[in-house]
Amino acid sequence: MTDAEMTLKGPVPKILRMQKGSPALKGRCGMALVSMATLVMLSGCITVNAPDKPIVIELNINIRQEVIYRLAEDASNTIEENADIF
Amino acid sequence: MTTIRKNRLALGLAATVLSIGGLSAVAYAQRDPAYETARSAGQVGEKMDGYLGIVGAETPSLKQIVNDINIKRRAVYAEKAQAANATLEEYALTAGCLAISRTVPGEKYQAPDGSWQTRTSAPPLRDSRCPA
Repeated sequence: MTDAEMTLKGPVPKILRMQKGSPALKGRCGMALVSMATLVMLSGCITVNAPDKPIVIELNINIRQEVIYRLAEDASNTIEENADIF
Repeated sequence: MTTIRKNRLALGLAATVLSIGGLSAVAYAQRDPAYETARSAGQVGEKMDGYLGIVGAETPSLKQIVNDINIKRRAVYAEKAQAANATLEEYALTAGCLAISRTVPGEKYQAPDGSWQTRTSAPPLRDSRCPA
């Protein structure tokens, strides 16, 4: 009963129903459930705070690099054609 | 068998003709001797923005060389940028990346931190956006 109560929130009750036939398994499962519950409780303590500053993604850099890659071949030809000023 | 050999011969000939053509294309326009001298002496260097810069003390003759070349470069960049549907700055920056790559040991170039560096046999320090 306590197992069922503990796992009310999750999908675990399904597994419990399937394992009712084997008491040994049930015991192990209970242990696992307790440790899992502990893990869930522990992990529940971790808090994630949103940064107070807005998240800025500098797309400008990527766009510029893309442009540079696109122009590279053209610019290379230009330099060769105008070797007197490069 | 013979057709394959003939094809190979033709390919080889084509490659030779192409390489000769390429060499002549590179050799047809040369730097002004004053510019070449200032460049190899490290008095002028390639900047990141695609233009030439004076490395040490400015002299009227160096200023004239650099201004003259930069005006010509700007005109070429403007024309080519328009044709490539890019901005003048984007095109100039791309050309700057390539011009820095093409420096030979002993010549000066501008590193991403803005300092003047002497090119060695190692690859130059370039902007992270520069193409490989």
